This record gives sequence, structure tokens and C-alpha cells, in this order.
Amino acid sequence: MEIKNSLTIGQYVPADSIIHKLDPRTKLISVLFFMVIIFLIENLIGYLILLLLICLLIVISRVQFKYFIRGLRPILILIVFTVFLQLFFTKGTPLVSMLGLIITKEGVNLAIFIFLRLVLLVFSSSLLTLTTSPMELTSALEWTLYPFKVFGLPSSEISMMMTIALRFIPTILEETDRLMKAQMARGADFESGGLLKRIQNMIPILVPLFISAFRRADELAIAMEARCFQVGVKRTHLKELCFNKRDYLFLVFFISIIIVVSFIF
Amino acid sequence: MSIEVKDLTYIYDEGFVFAKKALSNISLNILEGEIVGIIGHTGSGKSTLVQHLNGLIKPKKANTVVIDGVDIFDSKINLKEIRRKVGVVFQYPEMQLFEETVEKDVSFGPRNLNIPEEDVKERVKNALEMVSLDYEKYKDRSPFLLSGGEKRRVAIAGILAMNPKYLVLDEPTAGLDPWVRVEILNELLAINGKGTTLVIVSHDMDEISKIASRIYVLNRGSLALEGSSDYVFSQFERIKELGLSLPQITEILYMLNKKLGGVDYNKLDIDSGTDEILSCIKRCNKWK
Repeated sequence: MEIKNSLTIGQYVPADSIIHKLDPRTKLISVLFFMVIIFLIENLIGYLILLLLICLLIVISRVQFKYFIRGLRPILILIVFTVFLQLFFTKGTPLVSMLGLIITKEGVNLAIFIFLRLVLLVFSSSLLTLTTSPMELTSALEWTLYPFKVFGLPSSEISMMMTIALRFIPTILEETDRLMKAQMARGADFESGGLLKRIQNMIPILVPLFISAFRRADELAIAMEARCFQVGVKRTHLKELCFNKRDYLFLVFFISIIIVVSFIF
Repeated sequence: MSIEVKDLTYIYDEGFVFAKKALSNISLNILEGEIVGIIGHTGSGKSTLVQHLNGLIKPKKANTVVIDGVDIFDSKINLKEIRRKVGVVFQYPEMQLFEETVEKDVSFGPRNLNIPEEDVKERVKNALEMVSLDYEKYKDRSPFLLSGGEKRRVAIAGILAMNPKYLVLDEPTAGLDPWVRVEILNELLAINGKGTTLVIVSHDMDEISKIASRIYVLNRGSLALEGSSDYVFSQFERIKELGLSLPQITEILYMLNKKLGGVDYNKLDIDSGTDEILSCIKRCNKWK
């Protein structure tokens, strides 16, 4: 049972593709736009076209499809649950009835919509995180948040915090894995018992995990100070982001396709 | 009775971009009562191998890891039973300490094995004694306020309290002061003297040469050398090729032999090594 394999956050899959080479800001804007449109469309064909579009991009990205499926796994319960609710508890023209529950035509429609929406959301966000390294992603976020500086939002500090957080997700997962193994070697059991028992069983992992996280934070702070990090000072980047011709082309194509789709359907 | 590993291969993230072969076709045999050393570089697969020995990682094939005749691949076996039999002390085991007092922490293992409360206390006492910590003095102290060496000892006691038949230690002395290292090694020798089989993973040749009777050398996931420690350390060229070092005394004798000739460099301990150097000096004086 390796925990680190069940999460897709920050799991960048390097590959040589046009999608990988796009400016992270292009990808971020496209995904945000895509997500808004997902909620505006109310037609099945529209959804299928979007699904086709995202699948096409997945093929171009050269990231194996199973990574996307893996991204779906954590929200599988949510998907099943909402589809189930929509299917059985929507009022309308009855279609089939079984065991006292009635499936309505509207229910089937809504269930399919919700299902496609969730799948599209996961696929599009996975496409962003799987093809963009965490570093690129945070600098794109910094750029996006920059205008909010007017309202006192410390965009570069926020992006620094995110960079650090993202950087430590794999480390902490690895450590959790190690601790689980160390405690399992001492006969600990994480797989059986009721909810309360299971939470109790996590204590031997949580205590050392917190201790080392705090220690790590201290060490990091010292290391950053030793390298003259200061809050509120304008920082430069090793890799400056720049929009290329392909970014403009991609944005124009992508957004116009989506707008056309959303207008028609 | 023994731990038998036959033709063990393990691949991390099999089928994904990051797939990495950690172990390939490893076979080894650990007999009851002996001290076996496993040597290798970081990333040579030592830790992966260790995790197979108590079923934390399950092999993909049947009959690859067999402990006292029990195949751990078998889905019906009780893994807790295997983990009671094979105690594993991971690298930097003090990371796993979590309880308020030393006594509570050491008794975590035996409690998980559902051992009666009176026996638990006895076991904790014995385990702390084995690592030279006074039970009365340490039992109520917080493990987090101990020194590095004491923490390490408490963590090792946590495994010893489960009365393992085989004790596997991954780099038991890494990051400790030199004299604490020596003390812990001596405690381990004493534990072996009481009948516990030891498997010690390390990259410190001096340490392994002092304690192990048989050695397996891992390189990039496969076995590069195996045999008695005398045999393994006589394979100088091969060991250098693998990027490992010889025990320091052996290295000195080896260099002396290169320069003077006629030096018996197959000495692993300081005593016989010093004698050899002395006889060298005598010879040199004669030439003058």
C-alpha cells in the first residue's frame, strides 16, 4: 500500500510534446476558461465535443491515459454518489421503476451531465498538472495574481508558499509511507477496525510526521535566511516566462473552439 | 530454519514512466544464529530487499521469500506473525518514536501482538537492558528529550521487545558519534550471543567487517559478491570496481603491499593488521 501512488497532485510527467512546451500561463488560462464553459453548456452534444477536444489534447500531450484515470480514482465515490442521487431522486417523467425507486428521464439526463462534468473537470485539471512542472505552475499563478497586488495581495509570497508546499508534498508522502512501514514492522494495523479505531491507529504516524514537518520548516527557514530571503522584496526568476507564437495560436484556437461550442449548444 | 530468498525481482511503479528496477534475481540464505552483512551503495536496493524480509513489500511470485518454511507470498498467512518473527529496524528508527514515555513507546510492539500486560512490562525491561538503558531511569522519560544515541537505542528496543527470532537492521549506526557506534555494535553482538539471528545492512565496511560472518554485496539491484567476510574482503579489485571501500586497516596494508611487496593484506581487524605493519617495519630496517 503505497500512498504516494494514489495522489496525482504535483505529479508532473515529463514528456516531449507541444502541450508540455506551452507557456504555463497559456495552459492555466485555457483550463480556467474551459472549466467555466463546462458549467455553461447544457447540451449533451456540447459535452461530447468538449470530451473529444480534451481527449485530443491528451493524445497530443503524450501522457499515458492511465495517469488521467488515476486522477479520477480519489473522487470516484463522489461521482458514484452524485450520479446515484441524480438518477433516483429527480422528479419528472418516469422511465423505469425498481424496488420502489423511480428512474426518470430527467434523472438520467442530469446523471449523465454530472458525470461528464466531473470527468471533464478532472481530465482538464489533470492535463494541466501532468504536463506542467510545479515550478512553472506557481510562476504562472504568481503572474495571474499579480494584478491583485493593488488590493494588497502579496502575490510573490503566495507563490513562494505554494512552491514550498508543492515541493514538500512528495517528501511528506514518502515519509508517511516510511512511518507506516516502520510502525507496521512493530505490528501496527492500519487496515482493520471501525472509523474511531482507525483514527486512533493513525496516532503513531501523525505524531512523528508533525514533529519532522516542524523540524523541516525550521531548517528551511534557516536555509532561506542564510541565502538572504526577504519578504516584500521584488524577486527575479531564473526562468522568465514568455509567450511564444505557439501560445498565441493555441489560445486563439482553443478559446474560439470553446466559445463556438458554447454558443451553439 | 532460515530466511530464504530465491530469485527475487522487484520493480517500483511497474508499467509507469517512472518504473525503476530495484532488485533483480536476488538469491540469499540467512541461517539461524549467524550475523549476515548486506553491503551496497545508496540506491543499490538494500532497503527494498529489507522490506521484503518481513512482508512489507510482497513479492510478485510464489516461493521467492520463504521464512522458516512459510512462503510470505501466500495470501492466507498472518503477516503479523511474520513481523513478530522478523523484526526490522529501519534507517533512522528514532523517527518512529511517538509516545509520551520510553516505556509506552517500547511496549507499542508487544501490545500490538496482544501479549498480556504483565509480560509486556517484563519484555520492555529486558529490551531496554539489551541496549544498555536502565529501565528505572528511563521508563518515564519522554523519548523526544533523549540524546541521539539514546533515541536510537529506544527505537531498537521497540523492536527487541517483540522478541524477534531474526533481527534486521538497516544502517543501525548511521549518523551517530563514533563511540556510540562501537557501543551499539557491541550490544548487537551480545544480542546475537543470546541466539538472535542478525542481518545488518550498511555501507560502512569497517563496521561490517567487525561484526558479520557472511556478506552479500549488492550493486544496482543485483548481487555482486557473496561469501564469508574473509573471502569478500579478499576481492579487493572487485570491491573497488563497485565503488566501495575496504576496511581502513586492509586498505593501508594493500597500499603497503603495492609499494613494498610481500605484505599479507588480508587482515580485517586492527590487531592483526598492526602486527603485519610492524613486521613490515622490521623488514625495512633489515634492508637498511
